[in-house]
Amino acid sequence: MAINSAVPNVEKKVLLASLMFAAAMLGLIAYAAIRLGISVPTCITNVKPFEEGELIRVAPGRYEAHVVAKTWSFKPNRIKVERGSVVDFYVTSKDIVHGFMIDRTNVNLMAIPGAVNYAQARFDKAGKHQILCHEFCKSGHDNMMGWIEVTP
Amino acid sequence: MIQKDLRATIVLELLFPLTLFIFGAYHGVLQVFYRAGLIQETSFLGIGYYKGLTAHGVINAIVLTTFFAVAFGHAVVSQQLGPSVSAAAAKAGAALMVVGTLVAAGPIFAGKADVLYTFYAPMKAHPLFYIGVVLLVVGSWVSFWGWIPGYLRWRKDHPREKTPLGAVGIFSTFIIWQMCTLPVAYELLVQLIPWSLGLTAGVNVVLSRLLFWFFGHPLVYFWLLPAYVMYYVIMPRLAGGKLYSDFYGRFVFLAFIVLSTPLGLHHQFAEPAISSGYKALHTALTFLVAVPSLLTAFTLAASLEHGARQNGGKGLFAWWAKLPHFDKERWLFPYLFLGLVIFILGGITGIVNASYSMNAVIHNTSWLPAHFHLTVAGPVFLAILGMSLYLSVGVLGKKIVAPRVAVSIPYVWTIGVFTFSAGLFYGGLKGVPRRTNLGMSYLDELSDAYRPDWRIGEYIGAVGGSIMGLAVLLFFYVLVRSLASARSEQQADSFALPESEAYHNEDVGAVRNFRPWIVAGVIAILISYIPPLIQVLGAKYPLVSE
Repeated sequence: MAINSAVPNVEKKVLLASLMFAAAMLGLIAYAAIRLGISVPTCITNVKPFEEGELIRVAPGRYEAHVVAKTWSFKPNRIKVERGSVVDFYVTSKDIVHGFMIDRTNVNLMAIPGAVNYAQARFDKAGKHQILCHEFCKSGHDNMMGWIEVTP
Repeated sequence: MIQKDLRATIVLELLFPLTLFIFGAYHGVLQVFYRAGLIQETSFLGIGYYKGLTAHGVINAIVLTTFFAVAFGHAVVSQQLGPSVSAAAAKAGAALMVVGTLVAAGPIFAGKADVLYTFYAPMKAHPLFYIGVVLLVVGSWVSFWGWIPGYLRWRKDHPREKTPLGAVGIFSTFIIWQMCTLPVAYELLVQLIPWSLGLTAGVNVVLSRLLFWFFGHPLVYFWLLPAYVMYYVIMPRLAGGKLYSDFYGRFVFLAFIVLSTPLGLHHQFAEPAISSGYKALHTALTFLVAVPSLLTAFTLAASLEHGARQNGGKGLFAWWAKLPHFDKERWLFPYLFLGLVIFILGGITGIVNASYSMNAVIHNTSWLPAHFHLTVAGPVFLAILGMSLYLSVGVLGKKIVAPRVAVSIPYVWTIGVFTFSAGLFYGGLKGVPRRTNLGMSYLDELSDAYRPDWRIGEYIGAVGGSIMGLAVLLFFYVLVRSLASARSEQQADSFALPESEAYHNEDVGAVRNFRPWIVAGVIAILISYIPPLIQVLGAKYPLVSE
């Protein structure tokens, strides 16, 4: 077939359809972020990097957890809250990069030395959640974990 | 014809990394056994889990892919643009890459570089590990630079012709590579090597991660685009037809120059120190980069249909049966075709990963290795296996021994990689972490961390990984026997890669030159990366050491 400078119509349609697909996916994400409030960690500047891990009870059913990751443990590594509690997790690392994931929640963070990460979770069911380090942090990585106990 | 004085370099660049790959594949299989709790040790036969994991990643994802891209590039460029490649640059590039790989291999196998191929600071490796990686990358640059004068000459001598599509694809691949490796070169030369040598106190970790992921995503297009060259240039011919749209081929390669880099933050959704607004911007750009792949799906399906109908295919879907799926004369076809089949799932799961809020469910879980084994260990790896066999046997003038086995390999691999990924996807949704020796805790019945609900996914993964290992054994059986076959000088001289004609051979001015696309790519990078860079540098993070 000879060289033809015109792009056939079918190809233009496919390009349009592909762009619409990308726009539709993006629209759904925007909807989830804006209307449902499901977003990702952002740059926290109002919390000073902390040295010690602790669980602070701000009000009944409201907690702030300052979590320090350090090879190969989390501090605190056993967190106990009552059912229905809302917990703000602030996470940092004292040495190398670690991960901080709470099983069966949307809390899934990187713990970076020098920076503070943040996520919030609400615990509506009594039971135990495992906390895992999910970033390779040298030989003891596979035993770096903790627990959250939600009391009835 | 492939340039004669490049033959030895091409063969070296194909067989050297494949030799190392024997270890890469061996430890791939071992990992699924560790992870399933079938090996409950920190090491096996003297090789630690994380040392093996580092070698598996570095060899398979960096060394094999880089060497292959260069070797295949030599073949395509010299075939399509005439004997235009500087053989001296090719040899120098190959020497740098071999030396770099050996220099990096020392500390890896000595256990002094257990930092995985992402080399996340402030985990520290021996300086030679970083230096070796730098030499490897510089070697690939030198090889690329050796193609440029010949290309410019070709353009001057053929003012009215379109640059052959394969050369457009290969140059696009290496333009992306050149742009994206500059920040990681900065990370290595300014941050990591001086620190590893003890000259600086530590590393700005947040900055180093930003620089790494600037490189980390375009890296996957550097892996993928040589396979795209095969899909566009070689596969339609093997299918007995023509490339449906020449314009789409050009547009797709050039669009990747613009779109493959300004989206690295989608690897950093779970990180602090970067605003969620910038992450959202990179999400939007990530969805745009899906567009060239969607166009590719259309064009290639149309090209295959054209080929199948030439072979007598009929009906809406029945023509699929008329493709050379099991033809031992065209044994290369299933390596490409099945790669595309795998890539459908690889692409869809990639869209999941890039989907901002959804990342919280799967970030750093085994979902990720499940995904990228359907991309880099799917279309990319099958294309590398098939083309390494085709090219090394071809330029040496040998013949394929056991072509039926050669046909079976991609099928065995596809079954294996789908099984493996099914297990790891399932586990990932259940929260199984990646990069973790599960047998030491989560899959150890005696540990208080024991997770019986994770067992089934990892068992399925182990079955899949074993099947993948079997495919690799079959591959080396065919490769070694074929390389040992009798050599025919005449066959070596007449060897060439198959090239497809275009069904729609459009001539669109916008896709004639690289320059506007490179300029657009640089602008896109500046828009997407300057704001987060200012944010990270402005916060003055402390220098950290392990």
